[in-house]
Amino acid sequence: MPDMQNLTIRPGSGRFYWILFKSTFLISAFTVGGGMVIIPLLKVKFVDEYGWLDDKETLDIVAIAQSMPGVMAVNAAIMLGYRMSGLSGTLVTLLATILPPLITMTIIAYFYDLFAHNQYIQLLLKGMQCGATAIIINVVFNLVKKLFKKQLALPILIFLGTMIAVLAFDVNLMYCVLADAAIGLLLLRDAKYN
Amino acid sequence: MDICLLLYWEFCKIGLFCIGGGYASMPWIQAAVVDGYHWLTMSEFIDIFTISQMTPGPIGINAATFAGTKIAGIPGSIAATVGFVTPSLILCLGVTWLLKKYGDISAIKGILNGLRPAVVALMLVAGLSFLYLSIWNVETLPEDISAVDAKGIIILVLAFAAVRRKMGVISLLAISGLLGLILGVVGL
Repeated sequence: MPDMQNLTIRPGSGRFYWILFKSTFLISAFTVGGGMVIIPLLKVKFVDEYGWLDDKETLDIVAIAQSMPGVMAVNAAIMLGYRMSGLSGTLVTLLATILPPLITMTIIAYFYDLFAHNQYIQLLLKGMQCGATAIIINVVFNLVKKLFKKQLALPILIFLGTMIAVLAFDVNLMYCVLADAAIGLLLLRDAKYN
Repeated sequence: MDICLLLYWEFCKIGLFCIGGGYASMPWIQAAVVDGYHWLTMSEFIDIFTISQMTPGPIGINAATFAGTKIAGIPGSIAATVGFVTPSLILCLGVTWLLKKYGDISAIKGILNGLRPAVVALMLVAGLSFLYLSIWNVETLPEDISAVDAKGIIILVLAFAAVRRKMGVISLLAISGLLGLILGVVGL
């Protein structure tokens, strides 16, 4: 349950915007691990501590955020902000979400040029590249296994078709995705494909 | 100024088409930033991906910021990042409004059902470029496939075994980096 004292801070007040900005900024700045970690923390703040949203609204927003293009944490921040106090809420949560990575990465980008040509740093990065490759291959492997386990012909055909189009014929990714979206719209609306 | 507009527009497109977040945004960023405009090399791109795993923030934003900074300094990083989130902003607000008004989203679900397998295919293609770089230090399958980087293969095999045993991402990357350093200094 929200603190009684916190309940006096209602969406739309100046103090609301400050707390909204400050908590979103800090959560975004110190959370390693992406959307699935950031969103529960935001939920604890806005739902449990301040009572600005309820559980169901938050879950709906997460479901939509996950399926929309772009970054899930950003999508969720946009919609959470909108639900709490309209466009100005969106602006505050959006800024507070993207500012921390923007600042961190700008610093790293400058720093990177200075250090990337050092022989030892290069060896370190090479090792980490191989580790990252193992991670991504494992992610893809699990997704492909899941796709084939469902034994639905059309999704498997989409997967194989897209892979061949890109690998063998060098088709622009954008045309592939547009074609697959059209196939989905026309043929994959049945609930078994969800 | 022109370069900032171009960055804004390219990252707008990336933001619009990268569905599935995180790993799924890599093929798009690679297509535009590495293959399309040669703003970054494949090796730099994987470095961003690796750094992203250990720093806060989503990979899409991190890549936009990193590429933007390298190409046009701080204005570039802002242009790319704002471009990246513009489609999210429009689409999320649009869908919130549509849902409120109509409630039925079977069309949207159909589109997403068609896109999910496609995203897996695109990630597989991106994963292949990662693999080539790890084994041969080049971005496409080389003509002489025997010119392998021994330390790359050793780390790759060990890292893959560790991943299958569910080692955490950060410790895995840290250990892989150390292995690279040790094997390199030893002279492999």
